[in-house]
Amino acid sequence: MQHAHPAAHAPEHETTTGLDHRKLLMWAFLGSDCLLFGALISTYMIYRGRSLAGPFPNGPEGVFDIPFTSVSAFVLLMSSLTMVLALAASQRGHIRGMRVWLIATALLGTVFLGGQFFEFTAFVAEGLTPATNVFGTSFFTLTGFHGAHVTLGVIILLSLVVVSLRGGLPKEESLTVEIAGLYWHFVDIVWIVIFTLVYLIPAPLPPHAG
Amino acid sequence: MAVPAEHHRAHPGPGEYIKIAVILAVITLVEVAVYYVPSLSGALTPILMVLSTIKFSMVVLWFMHLKFDSVLFSYLFVGGLGIAGAVLIALLFLFGASHTIVPGAA
Amino acid sequence: MATITGSMVGVLRRPTSHYGVWSWMTTVDHKRIGVLYGVTSFIFFLIGGVEALVLRLQLAFPDGKVVDPEVFNQLFTMHATTMVFLVIMPLSAAFFNFLIPLQIGARDVAFPRLNAFSYWVFVAGGVFINSSFLFGGAPNAGWFGYANLTSRAFNAGSGVDFWALGLLGLGTASLAASFNFIVTILNMRAPGMTMMRMPLFTWMTLVVAFLLIFAMPIIAVALIQLELDRSPLATNFFNPANGGDPILWQHLFWLFGHPEVYILILPAMGIVSEVLPTFARKPLFGYPAVVFAGVFIGFMGWGVWAHHMFTVGLGPVANSVFAVTTMFIAVPTGIKIFNWIATLWGGSLKFTTAMLFSIGFISMFIIGGLSGLTHASPPTDYQQQDTYYIVAHFHYVLFGGSILALFSGFYFWWPKGTGKLLDEGLGKLNFWLMIIGMNLTFGPMHILGLNGMPRRIYTYPSGMGWEFWNLIETAGSLVIALSVLVFIINVVRTSRNGKEAGPDPWDGRTLEWSIPSPPPEYNFATVPVVQGRDAFWIEKYGLHGGEGAHHAAPPSHTAGSGNGDGHAIHMPQGSYLPMVTAFGQTLMLAGVIFGYWLSGVGLVIMLGGVYAWCSEPVSD
Ligand SMILES: [Cu+2]
Repeated sequence: MQHAHPAAHAPEHETTTGLDHRKLLMWAFLGSDCLLFGALISTYMIYRGRSLAGPFPNGPEGVFDIPFTSVSAFVLLMSSLTMVLALAASQRGHIRGMRVWLIATALLGTVFLGGQFFEFTAFVAEGLTPATNVFGTSFFTLTGFHGAHVTLGVIILLSLVVVSLRGGLPKEESLTVEIAGLYWHFVDIVWIVIFTLVYLIPAPLPPHAG
Repeated sequence: MAVPAEHHRAHPGPGEYIKIAVILAVITLVEVAVYYVPSLSGALTPILMVLSTIKFSMVVLWFMHLKFDSVLFSYLFVGGLGIAGAVLIALLFLFGASHTIVPGAA
Repeated sequence: MATITGSMVGVLRRPTSHYGVWSWMTTVDHKRIGVLYGVTSFIFFLIGGVEALVLRLQLAFPDGKVVDPEVFNQLFTMHATTMVFLVIMPLSAAFFNFLIPLQIGARDVAFPRLNAFSYWVFVAGGVFINSSFLFGGAPNAGWFGYANLTSRAFNAGSGVDFWALGLLGLGTASLAASFNFIVTILNMRAPGMTMMRMPLFTWMTLVVAFLLIFAMPIIAVALIQLELDRSPLATNFFNPANGGDPILWQHLFWLFGHPEVYILILPAMGIVSEVLPTFARKPLFGYPAVVFAGVFIGFMGWGVWAHHMFTVGLGPVANSVFAVTTMFIAVPTGIKIFNWIATLWGGSLKFTTAMLFSIGFISMFIIGGLSGLTHASPPTDYQQQDTYYIVAHFHYVLFGGSILALFSGFYFWWPKGTGKLLDEGLGKLNFWLMIIGMNLTFGPMHILGLNGMPRRIYTYPSGMGWEFWNLIETAGSLVIALSVLVFIINVVRTSRNGKEAGPDPWDGRTLEWSIPSPPPEYNFATVPVVQGRDAFWIEKYGLHGGEGAHHAAPPSHTAGSGNGDGHAIHMPQGSYLPMVTAFGQTLMLAGVIFGYWLSGVGLVIMLGGVYAWCSEPVSD
């Protein structure tokens, strides 16, 4: 029994559960990351109706632009499709197809990040910064953390493309694509939650506002 | 003894993935539409919660293959997700903020 | 991502030396990392202990003038922060690292380099927090750093930043280690080592690892919120002037803080569950009950956090709910205690030093548990909140519990790690001094607390009726210091002329005793096949054999069988990249205090480290 190949991962049947070490680690990490976003979302939900002064999420002084955010939510959702298509291509040994889908996924992620940048700029122009009120404080922190996760995901995807161009991602290594995909989909489902809780369900207005 | 738990039932193919993505897109469309229908505003929160839960589950079950993979992965993920959800609900009650999810329940 | 161009192989050649400082700094061997964890956290134990001694000297007499109030605040903050995050947690990690692969019959952990990374992040974080003494003052807001005391407006120095950023760094160490051990325990067990055959210590490690991966992100969020409030972004998380709520900090802190209590005590319970059966020469009584009680404690630990906040004014409903859950969580703890006592019952007991420390653990932990139960009830807690009664309670749990059990672990596994036995005579002196010292130090705190002496005061006037017990406490703390000195003497003396331990000095029950002491790098020459619980005992005495039924199959995993002398076994080579990456990460955090340019430098180093890590050749 040799398991001296941490990077090249031993064949799956050598582990007790039959599951790959790295994939097990990724799922444990995602379970853990749920708590990170759990704490951030909790903070936002507690604070969003407690601002002493505007701007507020919605209402007469509201800053949310639902049509715009819906489009970026849709973009991120579709990046999950391109991600699984990359995995399917990898598993079938269509290396070029895999690269195309990986690049498409990274591109959609970048479009989403661009949208977030635009949204942040617009909010600041309307007078909402992290320092303005507790809505701004908790909103920018929550969506900022999500954006950081997306950014890391884009870097991972592009790294995979580079590795593949050097011949490092053959069909046999499709598990690497699968594990990167798990992370990417997680970032997507977090946004599904944020889109509903933060954007679509209207925040109560503070009693003294508007 | 060691239980070889990963059956690796064949992952769904691109066709099924696209089908799932179309359903996800439609649900998103419905979500946004519901947001703009004034007569539904009373039931907005429950409708949106159900719809986003469906979306969430579809991505997890199909795109992340949890439906086809070892149940151990589900335990790891649902463990974290469950604690996070419980923490969120408990904190909303402790801060008297539960009405921020159900408007008018204050 | 393992492929690289040939030209890079030279730069990334992995260190191969087995001797000298460099070999220790680049090691990925779980046993060496365990030793490093142990030595480093013992040094922090001495630092935290000295801080406690200064606190006790200051309080020995009324109107004490040993230190001024500001230094006093820094010392009690650093004493607690050190003991929790730099001593008990990493000392437990020392045992995880050294023992887990040995107990489950594996040759290493799942991710050896990640393991080294955890260690180096821990060292860097510990040094970073303590360096605050040199940069304008240590953190001074208490180990739970309640919001508002930590706001820039009320705490302008950088001590709080050292504390928050340091804990963030240490959190990543714990997270990385926990992921590693979860995967190792689930995925690298020897054939036949089912979950319900795993040694209790391995079980408790698994529970602790899960607690850590779910609790650490919450405190990370709270610490980041705190640092954002203090940053130029000037957020309002804990700023009431702008709608923020300082109580949010308390919730987030204790949502982490209560599971943390079990993170500190479950490894101790695991150690005791190994020591008692060995020296009672009986299997652990009610093994499944002890396992499930541990898992249940881990689960219930999530539903009790607001018992730290009864006096906040959450209202009668919330207080009642958390009072009930808190009283309920005493049940699984009680189950464990009864099972340990039943393990001793009717056994042929051998009172070695390790055994004495374990029995000491049970007795002292019962006292701490019972006093804890008294403040599960909100009305009594209103009286006890912020008094020395609370200090008494958690020292009985953390010193009488965790520290005694960790010393039990030292005496028990020392021969496995070094090949030499610690001296039993000095060991018993160590034990008796420690148990007498701790009762003198922490026992009177119950009385002082109920008499109204508040925590965290830097002095008190005479005539309050507190003089006598405070003096006794200070005397007791010196006795504890003496006991630690005896331990150090024991270590130094036996390292020169200690008795050879041999592979199995205690007639052990678990797999680590089946291999030589100290174990070879590859642990097991042939991977053991596990027949049942207490795997090595069965191997020695057969499935139904009790004492005396010595089938005496000689330990088969020592050198000689299968792969010859083990030279054919291929072990991962060392790597300096975990250290580089950990260094980069710590610089990134330090940059928040010293200037963002430093964060940039740290980020570049860290990314370089990660990139090289992914491209590093598996072996030369
Ligand atoms: Cu607690």
